[in-house]
Amino acid sequence: MSGGLCGSSPPPGVRRAAIRAWAIVLFCCVCLAWLVPDGADATPRGGIASTGGWGGPPSESTADHTKFEELEGPFPDGPSVTEACLHCHTNAAKQLHDTTHWTWHYDNERSGQMDLGKRNVVNNFCISIESNWPRCTSCHIGYGWEDDSFDFTSETAVDCLVCHDTTGTYHKVPTEAGRPDPAIDLVEVARNVGPTSRENCGACHFNGGGEDGVKHGDLDTSLNEPDFALDVHMDAEGLNFSCATCHTTGGHEVTGSRYAPNALDRVGIDYPGHTDDTRATCESCHGLEPHPDNSKLNDHTDRVACQTCHIPEYARGERLTKVGWDWSTAGRLDEDGSPITIRDERGYILYTSKKGDFAWASNMTPEYRWFNGIVEYVRMGETIDPSGTVTINTPSGDVDDPDARIWPFKVMRSRQPYDVGHSVLALPHVFGKDDTSFWNNFDWPKALEAGMAAQPIRFSGDYDFVETETYWPITHMVAPKEDAVGCNECHTKGGRLGALTGFYMPGRDTYPWLTLIGWSLAGLTLLGTIVHGLVRLIATLRRRAG
Amino acid sequence: MPRNKKELVMVFSRFERFWHWSQAILIIAMMVTGFEVNGAYQWLGYEQAAQWHRFAAWFLIGLWVFVIVWHAITGEWKQYIPTRRGIMAVAKYYTAGILDPSVPHPYRKTRMAKHNPLQRLAYLAFNVLISPVIWISGLLYMFYNDWYRTGLDGPVGLGDVALVHTAAAFAMLIFFVGHVYLAAFAGKPFYAYLKAMITGYDLLYINPEADGDRKS
Repeated sequence: MSGGLCGSSPPPGVRRAAIRAWAIVLFCCVCLAWLVPDGADATPRGGIASTGGWGGPPSESTADHTKFEELEGPFPDGPSVTEACLHCHTNAAKQLHDTTHWTWHYDNERSGQMDLGKRNVVNNFCISIESNWPRCTSCHIGYGWEDDSFDFTSETAVDCLVCHDTTGTYHKVPTEAGRPDPAIDLVEVARNVGPTSRENCGACHFNGGGEDGVKHGDLDTSLNEPDFALDVHMDAEGLNFSCATCHTTGGHEVTGSRYAPNALDRVGIDYPGHTDDTRATCESCHGLEPHPDNSKLNDHTDRVACQTCHIPEYARGERLTKVGWDWSTAGRLDEDGSPITIRDERGYILYTSKKGDFAWASNMTPEYRWFNGIVEYVRMGETIDPSGTVTINTPSGDVDDPDARIWPFKVMRSRQPYDVGHSVLALPHVFGKDDTSFWNNFDWPKALEAGMAAQPIRFSGDYDFVETETYWPITHMVAPKEDAVGCNECHTKGGRLGALTGFYMPGRDTYPWLTLIGWSLAGLTLLGTIVHGLVRLIATLRRRAG
Repeated sequence: MPRNKKELVMVFSRFERFWHWSQAILIIAMMVTGFEVNGAYQWLGYEQAAQWHRFAAWFLIGLWVFVIVWHAITGEWKQYIPTRRGIMAVAKYYTAGILDPSVPHPYRKTRMAKHNPLQRLAYLAFNVLISPVIWISGLLYMFYNDWYRTGLDGPVGLGDVALVHTAAAFAMLIFFVGHVYLAAFAGKPFYAYLKAMITGYDLLYINPEADGDRKS
């Protein structure tokens, strides 16, 4: 053996051996250096110490609103409070008039689709706002949007309190066109205004679709006081971010819109002089290479949204979210002709005569689509193909689009009425104590006739139900990194990204013909060696026997 | 020294044996992890398999740097120069002669020509065909995200690189199967070659002019 050889060698040989040994050690060290990460992550969870709420506590304000004469009241209604606010905050209402929070109207310059926004689009929950104003506009930041004639230039119609109340007592009546509950002490509320909190934004955004958690899937009242596991940034015991920490504002304009999301932030970390004036993307704080110890993960950020891995499931809080709605079964009454409501054991409505059948879910795996930030809407009066599922808002982008990344979505699936004669989505008049509203009369032709008066194409008189889906990008409820989606959940056959084709993904994709040829040739080679070996063995044995 | 006498000679120096067996372990590791990434089976899981595949690749690249320098400096690269002389005799031996223990290997192995013509061809193919293809495609695969810096980004996609890399990996596998059989079982006695690669010593014909003082 070589060791023995060495031991018996003269001194020069020993020296050579020593040099060789050191060369091997050095080589191993060089190799080991590849294995050692750049720096161990010793940062505690969250990385940044709690600041006690990034919305800024009221005590940081230079003004004590309880000392203002203007706010001594009495205030008979909302607009009178606004009038007092505007006495000092002279530009506030004008600023708000320019925001989508006020106009519910959005023209998308990127896609060229005009007349979008909440007041115009069709969805597959309660379908549309036209003709159902007072119920829907209970989430408008104004007072009294009861019908088409609402005065959008009115400064005192702006509701300051719904966003700036800190008492937690202020709320709008669900059916009163944005007016507050008359029982509220408006003086008390007005004297205790402050920065927006999660509860303020959540009053509408957690309750989209008319009930807690219904619409978005990643927004519900669990986020009023979430723990670290539900949302690492909003963790009430930790970073305690408010909505506005990321959805930064300027002149009352809130950044980060579902109508114009930034699906790929190439700016990165925002600091003065280097900013797109919003922190509403992950990259705004975490940069473009957010994984210091794993360059392979950084290699993904150009094609995979942060949310895709870091929000493994939506509706992870205490609430379920609505994932299905079948309007076609609505209107069934009991023997007495009274509406029916069926709830599950937790109180979630499964069927109601007003609305039909509902499906609920929690801890849902999102569906993944390429998305470049442009959403194409099927607008009122646009022709649909009722033979298949109608996608009401289609996320644009594909693998060949450099601006598109893979994003997670909640997909809401419904069956809703459409106008057979004109092949357009029908807009039912559902809300109102009149003789045409569906919720009052359970009569589709009447409700559609009345509702579609607002549609560019009037109701043909013939209706049926069509399968529809809407896409809701998932971006909240960011999980701890330990819970992020692992490599193996996508890089495998039939994994999370199974529906996305047109590109080669290692671990998922192979060339079946190459696999067949490769293993066949390798197998034949092995077989050849075995046969060759056996022939030799038999020949040897025969020779010995002979 | 008589020309037809065989002697036990150190043919595989300690460095060569270290290199050969490290390379063997690394190539086995790369095949095991690589074919898992290719979806042949599930053992480590994609993440671990891909990670160890990359680690092993860097080790192997490091090893190859040493090996190439060693071959260049020592002149051992000449061992792989192909020759047609005697190739048919060797082929005939492996198909027929090998069955008869009394038939000797037709190739006269010497210290500076220790590979027979078929070996030379096989190792040359390994060195100049399979390995370069697997390395180049592998590095392109690994640095897929940086293609845009080179201007390579365009008609060639990751799928094309994966295709070439996988095809080369199958070629490697086929070489591996053949090599293991011939090297471990085709000597006389059957373990003779394997023993030489472990101990470093082999029975060689001594050619004093060519081998000079290199025999140990």
